[in-house]
Amino acid sequence: MPFETEALKNINLEIDKGEFVGIIGHTGCGKTTLLQLLNGLLKPTKGQILIDNIDIHQDKRKLREVRKKIGLSFQYPEAQFFEETISKEIAFGPNNMGVTGKELDERIQKSLKMVDMDYHCYKDRSPFTLSGGEMRRLAIASILAIEPEVVVLDEPTASLDPQSCSKILSVIVNLHQKYSKTIIMVSHNMEIMAELAKRIIVMEKGKVIMDDTPRNIFQYSIEKLENIGLSLPPVTYTMYKLKKIGKPISSGILTVEEAKDEILKLARSIKRK
Amino acid sequence: MIKFNNVTHFYNTGQNHKITSLSGINMEIQEGDFVAIIGANGSGKSTLAKHINGFLLPGSGDVYVDGFNTKDIESIWNIRKKVGMVFQNPDNQLIATTVEDDIAFGLENIGIEEEEMKRRVDWALNIAELNVLRTSEPHLLSGGQKQRVVIAGALAMHTTYLVLDEPTSMLDPKGRKNILEIIKTLNEEKGITIIYITQFMSEAAQFKKIFVMDKGKIVLTGSPKSVFSQADLLMNLGLEVPQITQLARKLAENGLEIPSNIITEEEMVEYLCLYI
Repeated sequence: MPFETEALKNINLEIDKGEFVGIIGHTGCGKTTLLQLLNGLLKPTKGQILIDNIDIHQDKRKLREVRKKIGLSFQYPEAQFFEETISKEIAFGPNNMGVTGKELDERIQKSLKMVDMDYHCYKDRSPFTLSGGEMRRLAIASILAIEPEVVVLDEPTASLDPQSCSKILSVIVNLHQKYSKTIIMVSHNMEIMAELAKRIIVMEKGKVIMDDTPRNIFQYSIEKLENIGLSLPPVTYTMYKLKKIGKPISSGILTVEEAKDEILKLARSIKRK
Repeated sequence: MIKFNNVTHFYNTGQNHKITSLSGINMEIQEGDFVAIIGANGSGKSTLAKHINGFLLPGSGDVYVDGFNTKDIESIWNIRKKVGMVFQNPDNQLIATTVEDDIAFGLENIGIEEEEMKRRVDWALNIAELNVLRTSEPHLLSGGQKQRVVIAGALAMHTTYLVLDEPTSMLDPKGRKNILEIIKTLNEEKGITIIYITQFMSEAAQFKKIFVMDKGKIVLTGSPKSVFSQADLLMNLGLEVPQITQLARKLAENGLEIPSNIITEEEMVEYLCLYI
């Protein structure tokens, strides 16, 4: 085919139940292809995808099961809204899977609660009257209504203001901690990744080139990240620079809080001398 | 000069859910300025941007671009030649089958003769660093490259003002950095006025002047240093200060003598070297 491209090359990856995985890499590195393979929207040219030890493309009925287990939220999910009310929007997925009546209603209530939106206040409103941040949360709620074990989010904070951004992140953290969902999240925002993800997968040209904790990646692989043009969280970069000019500072600092503690510790010990 | 004179704008005029999107905006942007506009989602940033080239007209008040009123039907084409617009999603702005055709599109529309058109397309390709991609098909480019094609298309019109509405929100870090470098060069070397809307405080920190919007009003104007020294106010508006400024504030609160409005990593390193 004239436009045939090898989007992913020999990927070997295992993600366990309950993980919080961040995927970073450039546009075109294969992130989205990987996400689409995850719930069977794309079929691998070569290789297998196993979910709970079952090859998802073995037979078609299995694929349906997979889609119930893995909820996928695309970039700008609000573009896919079409229903008149918020409860109808959330009902669409489970309804298609045969959920009706009281159970359907319960799922709507539960999903809204999980994204911190009040059922009575929102259920009859039009999705199109929501603010940008609320729309994102509704999109997540409509995925939660199919009760997936894994929630996959592609750039959930893109073009949100800082406040809506931190709101949606706290919802995601809650899904992981309180509701024990496995989270797989793609983001270009390194500050978010450093703070939230427990494991970071770095992709480049269709390959996984790093797979480690944020601390290790932002401590030992800084030059490698810079070489492929990925940025670092500003505090991480600042501490790295201080270390580079010979200051006795520990690197791999991920948050403002950690940076503050590290600097104060050092400043005090120098003062004492 | 771009001048907003007491501009108010409503959506859904005449319906029972009328929304005031801009409310008494007074603003001046001089030729050669390098300004960022920040504000929470729904604060009116994009509505304001669309008033600059007359996509939207004020409900009351006036917008002037180099003395031309956007309400004046005779001047609108003059205004649109002066003001280039770049939006969030480049796919919505690309139409031709090759990069160079896309850049030439606006020029053809205003009847520029062929020789001049070629000159301008070459010039724009050069500035946007697109020479090697000139015959590529726009839909096969990366997001950052597409956004550069849109910018080049605007430049080819010899715009005086370039209005960019969250142009990097769909780009990866490399694409984002690249777009910022290009608009800096445009401003510094070609004198093009840049009006840049962003949700990234670290991007806003790189401009000479910041306008902060809230509920359809401009509530704060100043240099990044003066704007980001008002962390509490910004937080009340649903915004935040850059990560480095957050760190500086925390250090200052804990007794380190450090200005709480540091915005760049370089500055932070310099100050910290005094203590550690």
